[in-house]
Amino acid sequence: MKTWLDAWPVVRQLTGEDRSGRGDAVRSRRTDTLTPRTATADRVVQSVCPYCAVGCGQRVYVQDGEVTQIEGDPDSPISRGRLCPKGAASKNLVTNSTRETRVRYRRPYGTEWEDLDLDTAMDMIADRVIRTRRETWQDEVDGKRVNRTMGIASLGGATLDNEENYLMKKLYTALGAVQVENQARI
Amino acid sequence: MPQQDLANSDCIVIQGSNMAEAHPVGFQWVMEAKARGATVIHVDPRFTRTSALADVHVPLRAGSDIALLGGLINHVLSHGLEFREYVTAYTNAAAILREDFRDTEDLDGLFSGYDPGKGQYDETTWQYEGTSVTAAAGQRQAPKPGASGSAGGGQPGSAPDAEEHSEGSSEQAGSGGMPVGGKPQRDETLQHPRCVFQVLKRHYARYTPEMVQEVCGIEPAVFLKVADALTSNSGRERTSAFVYSVGWTQHTVGVQYIRAASVLQALLGNMGRPGGGILALRGHASIQGSTDIPTLYNLLPGYIPMPHAREDRDLDDFVAEASGSVGYWGNMRKYAVSLLKAWWGEAAQPENDFCFDHLPRLTGDHSNYTTIAEQIQGTVPGYFLVGENPVVGNANGKMSRLGLANLEWLVVRDLQMIESATFWQNGPEIETGELVTEQIPTEVFFLPAAAHVEKDGSFTNTQRLLQWHSQAVEPPGDCRSDLWFYFHLGRTIREKLAGSTDPRDRPVLELTWDYPTHGPHDEPSAHAVLREISGTGPDGTAVSGYTELADDGSTSCGCWIYSGVFADEVNQANRKKPRTEQDLVAPEWGWAWPMNRRVLYNRASADPQGRPWSERKKYVYWDEDTGKWTGPDVPDFQATKRPDHVPDEGATAEDALSGTDPFIMQGDGKAWLFVPAGLADGPMPTHYEPAESPVPNPLYERQANPARKELRGAWNRANPAMSEVFPFVVTTYRLTEHHTAGGMSRTLEYLAELQPEFFCEVSPQLAAERGLEHMGWATLVSARNAIEARVLVTERMRPLRIAGREVHQIGIPYHWGQNGITTGDSANELLGVVMDPNVHIQESKVATCDIRPGRRPRGPALVEFVEEHRRRAGVASGRLGPNGRAPIEERS
Amino acid sequence: MTTISSASTAFSGDDPRNRLFGPVPDVAGERGYGEDHPPRVGFFTDTSVCIGCKACEVACKEWNTLPMDDAEGNRAQLGLTGASYDNTGMLGANSWRHVAFVEQSRAVDLPMPTVGAPGSAGGQRPLADPPVVHPGVPASSTTAEQSAPQQTTSGDREIRWLMSSDVCKHCTHAACLDVCPTGSLFRTEFGSVVVQEDICNGCGYCVPACPYGVIDQRQDDGRVFKCTLCYDRLTDGLQPACASACPTESIQFGDLDELRARADARLAALQEKGVEGARLYGHDEDDGVGGAGAFFLLLDEPEVYGLPPDPVVTTRDLPSMWRHVAAGAALVVGVVASAFAGRRR
Repeated sequence: MKTWLDAWPVVRQLTGEDRSGRGDAVRSRRTDTLTPRTATADRVVQSVCPYCAVGCGQRVYVQDGEVTQIEGDPDSPISRGRLCPKGAASKNLVTNSTRETRVRYRRPYGTEWEDLDLDTAMDMIADRVIRTRRETWQDEVDGKRVNRTMGIASLGGATLDNEENYLMKKLYTALGAVQVENQARI
Repeated sequence: MPQQDLANSDCIVIQGSNMAEAHPVGFQWVMEAKARGATVIHVDPRFTRTSALADVHVPLRAGSDIALLGGLINHVLSHGLEFREYVTAYTNAAAILREDFRDTEDLDGLFSGYDPGKGQYDETTWQYEGTSVTAAAGQRQAPKPGASGSAGGGQPGSAPDAEEHSEGSSEQAGSGGMPVGGKPQRDETLQHPRCVFQVLKRHYARYTPEMVQEVCGIEPAVFLKVADALTSNSGRERTSAFVYSVGWTQHTVGVQYIRAASVLQALLGNMGRPGGGILALRGHASIQGSTDIPTLYNLLPGYIPMPHAREDRDLDDFVAEASGSVGYWGNMRKYAVSLLKAWWGEAAQPENDFCFDHLPRLTGDHSNYTTIAEQIQGTVPGYFLVGENPVVGNANGKMSRLGLANLEWLVVRDLQMIESATFWQNGPEIETGELVTEQIPTEVFFLPAAAHVEKDGSFTNTQRLLQWHSQAVEPPGDCRSDLWFYFHLGRTIREKLAGSTDPRDRPVLELTWDYPTHGPHDEPSAHAVLREISGTGPDGTAVSGYTELADDGSTSCGCWIYSGVFADEVNQANRKKPRTEQDLVAPEWGWAWPMNRRVLYNRASADPQGRPWSERKKYVYWDEDTGKWTGPDVPDFQATKRPDHVPDEGATAEDALSGTDPFIMQGDGKAWLFVPAGLADGPMPTHYEPAESPVPNPLYERQANPARKELRGAWNRANPAMSEVFPFVVTTYRLTEHHTAGGMSRTLEYLAELQPEFFCEVSPQLAAERGLEHMGWATLVSARNAIEARVLVTERMRPLRIAGREVHQIGIPYHWGQNGITTGDSANELLGVVMDPNVHIQESKVATCDIRPGRRPRGPALVEFVEEHRRRAGVASGRLGPNGRAPIEERS
Repeated sequence: MTTISSASTAFSGDDPRNRLFGPVPDVAGERGYGEDHPPRVGFFTDTSVCIGCKACEVACKEWNTLPMDDAEGNRAQLGLTGASYDNTGMLGANSWRHVAFVEQSRAVDLPMPTVGAPGSAGGQRPLADPPVVHPGVPASSTTAEQSAPQQTTSGDREIRWLMSSDVCKHCTHAACLDVCPTGSLFRTEFGSVVVQEDICNGCGYCVPACPYGVIDQRQDDGRVFKCTLCYDRLTDGLQPACASACPTESIQFGDLDELRARADARLAALQEKGVEGARLYGHDEDDGVGGAGAFFLLLDEPEVYGLPPDPVVTTRDLPSMWRHVAAGAALVVGVVASAFAGRRR
């Protein structure tokens, strides 16, 4: 019968096989209950590394709504489960405390950031797009129809999803904005 | 070529790429090939972690690659080492050129057709003899995807292309295959003095090992080692691959670099075959996708060009010439109409040209740097930066900051507070006094972005493979996906404009913009967007591919080359069948465009009769029993077209291709050794010196690319060529431990500590010459700016003997800026903006500078320090007006 | 009351189950894990294919949530070390993997250029390697490289940029474990050596005991930390984080016996090609630590990589030390006793 005494290392040392107390006998309660957080995750989601264009597969472990681990997806025929230091730092990328999670606003000629509500920011940006579009609209250039604005430009990074690029190009084109560019040019 | 296919290569030449450092996980396939016995060659100015694992490192002078590649082409041609059967059957080697074509050998560095006033070429004389093709001006609108693709291989769309390059006279979009109005005359013996093969041979005759040494600094013995490895590992039984990255694209002759490799690989018969080809290693998770579904000014999705302003121009004119030509671009009307239907839905009807006039028109170059120059003029009030940090990542970061300072409003969306959002607060010009915070009018909105695990979506990787990433968690706080931002911005704008009768608002109000949303933040469905991209048929169900698209408005497709990614109503990009349950081609992992083909032009992996070139290099071949092309990949060819098929007279599009025309996007189905139309700076790659070079061009009187794009003002001064004030070559690069402009790496503890400071790498010889100490400080200065860096003295950098003198090269990684955990000066401050004429990519990989021991001056003294260098070099002043403004003085 | 004394067989070095040096066929078995304990596992780090990417360092830190620090273990200040691309400096409490970078360069004589008959000079090889595009042909891992790994001709020079990921050796005879007075350090059922954070009291005895200088105290904490071979992951059948990330399989994890066989084959292949300097390190069970659970294929002397050339478990001489201690103690007792005796006088 196991008693509290059996958990005492010295007793285990004397009664078990590990007489010198350098192995089984000295295991702590924490050691005995260690479980990798990958095993306790609520779910595992297959993803793709957001850094370079190799396109390594990632597995994202989620527990209680938080990302607890990101590692290589061994199923991927491209990466075979491996990651470089950047890919291996993906959890850091997502969960880092240095990440900005609130809208910041700098008014014209301002010297400091200010707080701004996301809905208000979206509304203000929509107003500015509409105003600038009207103010800079060109029906014709040198007698040729152009139907555009040269007052709104965009530069996107190349970590944008295809679906995001698609909506961007679609909306900008409908708005008549043509100076729409991407890291792919650079 | 797929990265895994490198494992099948017998020789891999990595040039213009630092693959082990910038693409470490992809590099496992090079290691795999090496373990199987492949020879790995790394050609690079620096000895890098890639060199360390290569068999041979070839140090060369930055900006001299075409001389080396031209030398290899000459070696092949002068020793008869080309794969003759492949070359004759699958390339345009036999095509005969016009009599009035003149080579750079005849005109001392110019091809015929150059207009010195405009700095542009008229391509008329570059055409095949006997074809009805005149200068493509005004005719050609259909590009084909990819600069390198036009070479008859390579990675489609691996550089943004489809560039109008002769503004006002041409709608020539891109480097794609021109329409061939009739079969060119051919000499199958390749003996005719004006056939492409002989012209090519003469063009490169002076690119001898000795010339390679004089231009590149490569010893002849080393050159021959490379030539031998490459040629002995090409042919029927063996294939060799080239791997490049921005070490090739970021030059004033970048497209021609890739062309040169394409010519070489076509001559050696390495295109479309397992272990062969040209792998463009792109640097961002979906930079290939950003080119395919372009946020680029001159393209619509699927490499359809944006229309240019032209009188009386309708949809028919837009596609007319292309739809009569050979190859898949012959179907462009189907693609264009289906796109217009996807965007404007019910409003797009045959009567209104499917809303073709809803598309805004171009009037020239509206690319990144031109836009920045105009921002500095104060004429571009609004700007969105979406996951991009240009004040660190663009060449000449100061120029970008001056642009930002002269906006009315700026929206920055990022994960971190990047330098491009804080330029008004802590930008370097605040310290120098060139900008004053209280005088900068720009209103800045910083909107935090969702990370990749916080949203659904697809990335297209470097091998055209779409891979889906699923949302794992909700984004924190105000963080939202860019899909959310643009959907709700569009929704809000449409609500505000609702009821407007202004015809200008019709394109916005008639837009199809009703995506389903879900979750606590009303996230639009990325699946629904991908389905729209993939396309639907007349009954509203998903199409299986672009061959189902029609030009009558009955089908809808947001990007024809992605058509089929939602075939069978299944998100094919989300296929995750484990690799252990598939072969190396892994056709059920993700989805590759077009039509899930993994190796492009793979019909070329069989001989003209349809048999594998060899058992060892068997891939796609004709199966007479089933009457089909077969193999482990989807054939990149009409599946039942016999190898001996001869098209009917009058056939169009893909039906006009014969059974031996593997390069199905080309107007003539052949790989182009010579480009008769479509390039801004010549039909064959030619060595020009970089815009900033310490030495004269030994080959021609013409120093630099005569068609290069310049954009000059006080904010972008050029170092004169051969300047004694700026005597050293400088090149920029990435480190494994960081990512691009640093927003995703300098902000992370585990990466910041691995490369914690900005540094420069110099040779012991240069260190001795300039008194630089290992781990000490150095100041680097150009006509743009001055920066400081810690010094690493290393024998991995070495001076080269060029034209009897010693040329020193300095290496600087470009990741640093003012914000983040590790901070430092930005390498890009040193670089100027001068561009390739085909794609408007800047020459980031080579410039000149001076280097001195010690830290740089602070405050206004820094401005004076740089100004003094300009004065001594005979360069105009870089002083700016109020709020950093200064006029555009020159643009070409 | 039973005490462990110098007379105990455990410290005599004579008990075959409690030796302090020499080969041990079953390290976990000796430590009280029954017969059904898993086989001993470890790392074989083949430095000849290391690309110095440091994915191992980051993957380790991510999994084990280690703090950021500089090469000296300071968290506040980051800086270059100047030792090539190594800014980690050494293994420590916060760096359980460390990639060393060593730059070597020498001039070579280039052969005179030969023109003509290209392809005839050495470039041709027999067509032995099958392509792998077809189903059923497995990816191979042969050793047919053309030249020495991590050694490259570069113009008229030959440059070696040695890169090597170092880690705790998980010694067969682990001095850190032998000297630990609290039972914090213990031998796991996998044969690895692990610190139990909930037991360690920060005495630091283990720090000087390690012949490799691996185990280290965290400055603001006092406790010692080192590689656990991802003990928690092993209990769930996962590989250690570093090995699963390594892009080129430079870090290989597995059953030690199998790894040893793999290493022997790799070494033989390199030696057959005439790769000078290739050697295994920590592989020999007769070495000073009884062979390491994490061993290496190196391309140069261990010192070049910052590794001790002939590490010896610092407790190897413990039995004789104990005897000396006992003698010393007896002497002290005698002196003290005589002192008291004298006083009494």
